[in-house]
Amino acid sequence: MQKRIIGSLVATSLIMAGCVTINIYFPAAAAEKVADKIIDEVWQLKPDTKPAKPSPENKGEVK
Amino acid sequence: MRHLTKLFWVVLFAFAGSVFAAADLEVNTPAISALKASMQARHNRLSSYYFSGAVGQARDGNVAVHDASLVPLAERQNVNGLVAEENRDRTALYREIARANGHPEWEAEVRSTFAQRWIDKASGGWWVQNAGGAWVRK
Repeated sequence: MQKRIIGSLVATSLIMAGCVTINIYFPAAAAEKVADKIIDEVWQLKPDTKPAKPSPENKGEVK
Repeated sequence: MRHLTKLFWVVLFAFAGSVFAAADLEVNTPAISALKASMQARHNRLSSYYFSGAVGQARDGNVAVHDASLVPLAERQNVNGLVAEENRDRTALYREIARANGHPEWEAEVRSTFAQRWIDKASGGWWVQNAGGAWVRK
């Protein structure tokens, strides 16, 4: 009985480990989220806003 | 027998926990915080070069000198130094994020995600490198 439980414990662990290995791909969405957060902090931007463009009248027009 | 069953559930939940944890990325480590602080402090010195166009956001997740002629000769050494320091920090940041999440092999993907976001979030007037490698002004 005890052997069977140990056996099923090992089997389940292996199966779950297999699933985890297969399913762990690069979490692109999560990476984008942390990238945005870190960039906002480094560049001192307000979260969820695009940086304001410098006002056009102060910027020499490049034609 | 009883505690074996208990152990079975513990193992099961531990795996379930690790699966859920995979949905988010860990970035709260001392190494990452230190890198962020260092880059934040440097940004004040770099941003004027971003606005002048001397330095731009490269497509590889680094910064690069886009037009050195916009910098007075005496300052050029300083700009090159800032660019090199910034790129060292950015490389370390990508590596630390990958490592903090137990997947050092993710470094290249972390880098390309950041590369895109630095460019997307760059302020109007800054120079960025497009997918073809050409420099464009935002």
